[in-house]
Amino acid sequence: MAPLDLLKTREGLVRTVFMAALALVPLVAYAASELFYVEFATRIMIFAIAAVGLNFILGFGGMVSFGHAAFIGLGAYVVGLAIYYGVYDGFVHLALVVVICGLAAFLIGAVCLRTSGLYFIMITLAFAQLLFFVGVGLRQYGGDDGFTFRGHSTFATWLDLRNSITFFYVVWGVLAATLFFAYRFVRSRFGMALSGIRSNEHRMRAIGLPTYRYKLVAFAISGVICGVAGALLANLTQFVSPEYMHWTRSGELLVMVIMGGISSVFGPVLGATLYLVLEELLSSATEHWQFLFGPILILVVLFAKKGLMSALKIAGLSIGGRAGHG
Amino acid sequence: MINPTLVLVQTLNGLQFGMMLFLFAAGLTLVLGIMNLVNLAHGSLYMLGAYFAATVEQWTGSFLLSLLIALPVTFVAGVVIELAVLRTLYIRDHLDQVLATFGVILFLNEAVRIVWGATPLYMSAPAFLSGNVALASGINYPLYRLSLILLGLVVAFLLYLLVAKTKLGMLIRAGAANREMVEVLGVDIRLLFTAVFGLGAVLAAVAGIMLGPILSVESGMGDGVLILALVVIVIGGIGSIRGSFVAAIVVGLVDTVGRAFLPGFLATIMPHTIASAVGPALASMLIYIVMAVVLFFRPQGLFPARGG
Repeated sequence: MAPLDLLKTREGLVRTVFMAALALVPLVAYAASELFYVEFATRIMIFAIAAVGLNFILGFGGMVSFGHAAFIGLGAYVVGLAIYYGVYDGFVHLALVVVICGLAAFLIGAVCLRTSGLYFIMITLAFAQLLFFVGVGLRQYGGDDGFTFRGHSTFATWLDLRNSITFFYVVWGVLAATLFFAYRFVRSRFGMALSGIRSNEHRMRAIGLPTYRYKLVAFAISGVICGVAGALLANLTQFVSPEYMHWTRSGELLVMVIMGGISSVFGPVLGATLYLVLEELLSSATEHWQFLFGPILILVVLFAKKGLMSALKIAGLSIGGRAGHG
Repeated sequence: MINPTLVLVQTLNGLQFGMMLFLFAAGLTLVLGIMNLVNLAHGSLYMLGAYFAATVEQWTGSFLLSLLIALPVTFVAGVVIELAVLRTLYIRDHLDQVLATFGVILFLNEAVRIVWGATPLYMSAPAFLSGNVALASGINYPLYRLSLILLGLVVAFLLYLLVAKTKLGMLIRAGAANREMVEVLGVDIRLLFTAVFGLGAVLAAVAGIMLGPILSVESGMGDGVLILALVVIVIGGIGSIRGSFVAAIVVGLVDTVGRAFLPGFLATIMPHTIASAVGPALASMLIYIVMAVVLFFRPQGLFPARGG
């Protein structure tokens, strides 16, 4: 099937309906004079981008990275610092984010991918902590308090990201582009090879595939996507702090992917939405929301591992070997 | 320049930190090595131990009594967590284990905040361990910290005896090497798991309680030490007690000595403004750099417990 069937498969249907509904959020919020929801939906989409990015290696590649919040933080710091020093050009921001996050992910991946399984989980975690402590150590930029700044990435005079609705649609566009890229990626030779590596790395190596290089490239791509999400987050919050890179943030990102469903491209978008909506609802009900969320998380892992995407009984585009089990 | 007294004191601080890290990491690495379970909630047991002890100390005023009561209570808490959540996770993959135990952390951190409030509790060291010892003329070191180093060495030795010389230790080693085979030989592996988990919980609680008088007892106190302990067991080799011991001392020393001297050292080789900006950040990165270097050359850690 073509990667872009909008309505043919059930996943395509869910995706199209969901993205269309998202696109209507500003109109509804504007009509109800509740602009908070525009910002909230923007936040959801930013984390959805990051979750799709993480799922690049988690779902497609079988690599459990417990440190992807580091790339979100890195992207946020790049934009924050650029604006802090008076560089507003969005294209410069984008180039810097891609180069810096890509390079960081490449280097970190190069070390981490020498290991696998449990060691990989812990080493990605440790590298994220390393970047976290770099942020804490940057005392001239607020140390562990972070710093606020005023200004947005500027792409063109007609595209004013200060306007929250304009910014919303830009993030929507980035999410749509990320999804488009992800669907193309899964269907590509590279994506197939990565999926093969997840199923049986020894066999892929035996047939002559340089598995390390494939995994490394996927890791770097995933880091760049999370970096872009971070750059958007900095634009949204006008604030950057090492807290973005905290290990619990990496954990939350994993939770989003799992909640949505690891074995589909669109699942993480639903997961990010569910996570942030749940957080919002629970934390408005009680300040001790994590007391409720912890057990919910445990129950999801124990009993609903296949995620929201398969809970919706979607048979469509699922990736590789896992489809058979679903 | 570098003051030898300060070097000695910071080295001892590093050792003391390393010993406490070892107590924490020993349980974690046992659970990982034998049950193949990533238990992020190990830090929660450390925290619970400290809270139980701080509470008993507030009631009775006795540190020793608090230790005697808190350890069995934490053991029970550990067993309850094992039975309620972790037991179902042994057959799951590491991702599930990470997420479910992450859920346990969120739950327990918040539960502690609900029961004891958000303000930290403080413990005081027993009277007979307060005060300083003179290591040499003019060099004083707190007796309590010195006794922590001693305690760490004693526990390490006892653990060595337990693992190397007893039947339980034999089963633990056999379980780490080949779980199925041990099970086939008729050992009740579930009981063994629960016992090992309880032992790990007690070790973590010892570390949490002993550090109570030095640090504050608060919600989330186990999270930072958990990450450090993960670094320790990765450097040492998963499942290896000996590896954890060596790696804990390395991490304790590198971290403490690095934080104490690296900024000053950098100031001698680069302009002061840069050194004061880079120094603290680099000092907190040091142990992760050590870990990356170790893993680059030995992806299985320094003392791999299993072959390969």
